[in-house]
Amino acid sequence: MSYSLDFSAVIERLPELLLACLATIGLALAGMTLATVIGVLGVIARRSRFAWLRALTIGFVEVIRNTPFLVQIFFIFFALPQLGVRLNPTVTAIIALALNGGAYAIEIIRGGVDAIPKGQVEAGLALGLHKAQIFRFIVLKPALRAVYPSLTSQFIMLTLTTSVCTSIAAYELTSVAQKIEADTFRSFEVYFSITILYLIISSLMMGVFALISRISFSYPVK
Amino acid sequence: MASIGFNELFFLLQGLKWTVALTIIGFIGGGIFGLLVALARTAESKLLQKVTTGYIAIFQGTPLLMQLFVVYYGVALIGLNVDAWIAVAIAFTLHASAYLGEIWRGGIQAVPKGQTEAAKALGLHYTSRVKDVILPQALKISLPATIGFLVQLIKGTSLAAIVGFVELSRAGQIVSNQTFRPLTVFAIIGLIYFLICWPLSLWGARTERRLQTATR
Repeated sequence: MSYSLDFSAVIERLPELLLACLATIGLALAGMTLATVIGVLGVIARRSRFAWLRALTIGFVEVIRNTPFLVQIFFIFFALPQLGVRLNPTVTAIIALALNGGAYAIEIIRGGVDAIPKGQVEAGLALGLHKAQIFRFIVLKPALRAVYPSLTSQFIMLTLTTSVCTSIAAYELTSVAQKIEADTFRSFEVYFSITILYLIISSLMMGVFALISRISFSYPVK
Repeated sequence: MASIGFNELFFLLQGLKWTVALTIIGFIGGGIFGLLVALARTAESKLLQKVTTGYIAIFQGTPLLMQLFVVYYGVALIGLNVDAWIAVAIAFTLHASAYLGEIWRGGIQAVPKGQTEAAKALGLHYTSRVKDVILPQALKISLPATIGFLVQLIKGTSLAAIVGFVELSRAGQIVSNQTFRPLTVFAIIGLIYFLICWPLSLWGARTERRLQTATR
């Protein structure tokens, strides 16, 4: 018996899938934004004069980076209700993506901040800038520029990771695909098609990231 | 509420066994194919370069979960009647080969060109040039990133749970559903992953520091 490929089910429900693509992009953008915020705050916390805050940040980064995203999202969705915190799937997905992406962002941005030459900070002090001004203009901005390629490739990973949010039935591309698969039994066709959709989404994002880099980092360095 | 006893822990360890097995199969299989991918990617033939660049771009541009689904249903489609674990292992092998191929490509290209030229001048043929001159240096440069990918692969095997394969994460989900103790169960699961991945991450960071001091 031979199996014949039939993509009609996918084509029929393409509008549903395209709408779900937007949900996936939305989840990814929310995750990236919050991850960047966590990344910057985490770097500040890692340089804090309070040892407990530094230890807490390091602990957070290590725990997140050394456990699977699936376990993290399960923990938030299934275990936190036992402590009285009940969140809906979409909120859970965004929090999980933000925490996961945030831990990687802390490590990446920290690398950039550590690479800023000390003389640059001293020059800022000599010019009479505040500590906050020095951090913002002399440390953070060049550091973000330097780590932009690693940060954005981490964000592409984050976008691909949104597919795991199907495990708690959050509304996004993979969960919609699973619903269509359950209705039509066209497993291979459905997953093959949405794999292409993911490829398009990640390529588009890479294009946008490259464009942003060209527009906002076009000032001369030296 | 049921308690978590010996049986539950034993069940989790059974799952852990599969997590370790999938990781080892994926890493070894992915290592072998990844080496071929890296060599093809750095070969002189334009065609080989294009094909492998596309291969890497596809695997790095799509979710691992989709790769699992497509291979899982794809092997059945081409008429192969294999166990679920073989289908999953094939998917992890392909995934790992693309990532390791890209990591090792970077390592190969980081070896100074003069090394190849010197080897050619000495009359070494391709196999010896690659095996004795380029790869030992390239792999050393790529070691931190390779360890980093190993950690990523261990964590990635958890996605086999969504396909329905009972490894550590799926085992945890089952025990959690039976005992109604998600907090304890997922904390244990997280801890097990952490205890496996953390030492590897520390080792990776150490090799990276050593490499930096060596090349400074």
